[in-house]
Amino acid sequence: MVPRVARVLRARRELSDVWTLDIDAGVNGFVFSPGQFNMLYAFGVGEAAISISGDATDHGNLVHTIRSVGKVSAALANLKAGDAIGFRGPYGVGWPVEQAEGSDVVIVAGGLGLAPLRPAIYHVLANRDRYGRIALLSGAREPAGMLFRRELEQWRTRFDVDVAVTVDHADSDWRGNVGVVTTLIKRAAFDPDHTVAMVCGPEIMMRFAAIELEQAGVPGDAIYLSMERNMKCAIGQCGHCQLSTDFVCRDGPVATYTHLNRLMTLREL
Amino acid sequence: MIEGMEKIVREHRFFADLDDDMIKLIAGCARNVVFKAGQYLFHTGEPADEFYLIRQGQVALDVVAPGRSAITFQTADAGEIVGVSWLLPPYRWMHDARAVDLVRAIGMDARCLRGKCDADHDVGYDMMMRFVPLLVSRLQATRMQLLDVYGTPA
Repeated sequence: MVPRVARVLRARRELSDVWTLDIDAGVNGFVFSPGQFNMLYAFGVGEAAISISGDATDHGNLVHTIRSVGKVSAALANLKAGDAIGFRGPYGVGWPVEQAEGSDVVIVAGGLGLAPLRPAIYHVLANRDRYGRIALLSGAREPAGMLFRRELEQWRTRFDVDVAVTVDHADSDWRGNVGVVTTLIKRAAFDPDHTVAMVCGPEIMMRFAAIELEQAGVPGDAIYLSMERNMKCAIGQCGHCQLSTDFVCRDGPVATYTHLNRLMTLREL
Repeated sequence: MIEGMEKIVREHRFFADLDDDMIKLIAGCARNVVFKAGQYLFHTGEPADEFYLIRQGQVALDVVAPGRSAITFQTADAGEIVGVSWLLPPYRWMHDARAVDLVRAIGMDARCLRGKCDADHDVGYDMMMRFVPLLVSRLQATRMQLLDVYGTPA
């Protein structure tokens, strides 16, 4: 529970309210699985659960992408190179990158949801021969709100990945897709009987994406979603992130749609 | 000529599962159309007399409000349909449709098809069963857009 103290190596602005921090993981490095998260500590302000958005093979550089929405996340987003930061982790269950080997992979990201998915994308691309077709479908509110745009453009130039991007609204200068990200699922090429889907974004977007994937024939237990709840202890003790019988910090954040389906529509949760 | 059109209609994803008789019936209302980039397929308020099965290219669906530039709320690609207002009164387009790049499409004469739907309710039922899911999925998409799910939480 005691955070490690580290230094910010670099802070870069991704969007108007989104920053990515590179943190020095120290001489012993840091090992995590794609989809796991850390508790980041802004000293004197507080702690927040933030997904790891970097490459899991880069053990010396710990990368987090943070949207400045509250007191703690704003303090974290304001950190500059050389500033001290606390972190503890990694926590939680990550993306099923190993179970997905041999299958087609459909990755559906909405808004900032691309950040927790990026380590999984790095993984499948670095081990491309272990997977079937790969479809990366990413949605944002408007063109200016597209996270990791340069990387999306790079991935799009590859012949072995089907990258599709869409925005909810655009003016006539935008020459790409317009429409919600779930509309891209119908257009993607994958074998539904041999597909693992990884979905991350706002909860309602994930629910609609899962419904669309199921309609396309992907079984619910092959559709993985990353849930977000107010995490405090991150070790399944305090109950802040409780979702029915689950603690999202310990049993998630990644779980199957089969498991989450009923819970996602309960108003009390 | 009609035979060629039957083949083209059958190749389109939206009508791919129709039987031969139905394809023949529908192909009688179809023609090939091409739109250059920037050209409009139709404008808001115009009679919905022809809808389009996109074969190539992308079409932007725009809404225009006075004093504001056009907002694109959806794009349609190859294999998709542009235009659903032809099916129900008042048979007028509710938005603009603009070719983003070179668009090749099958133009379906809506009056012709409505006539066939009226004359043979099996045809009408089939069209309804194809277009209603399209309307429902667009309604769902609009709900998600209205929710502005990517917005910063208050």
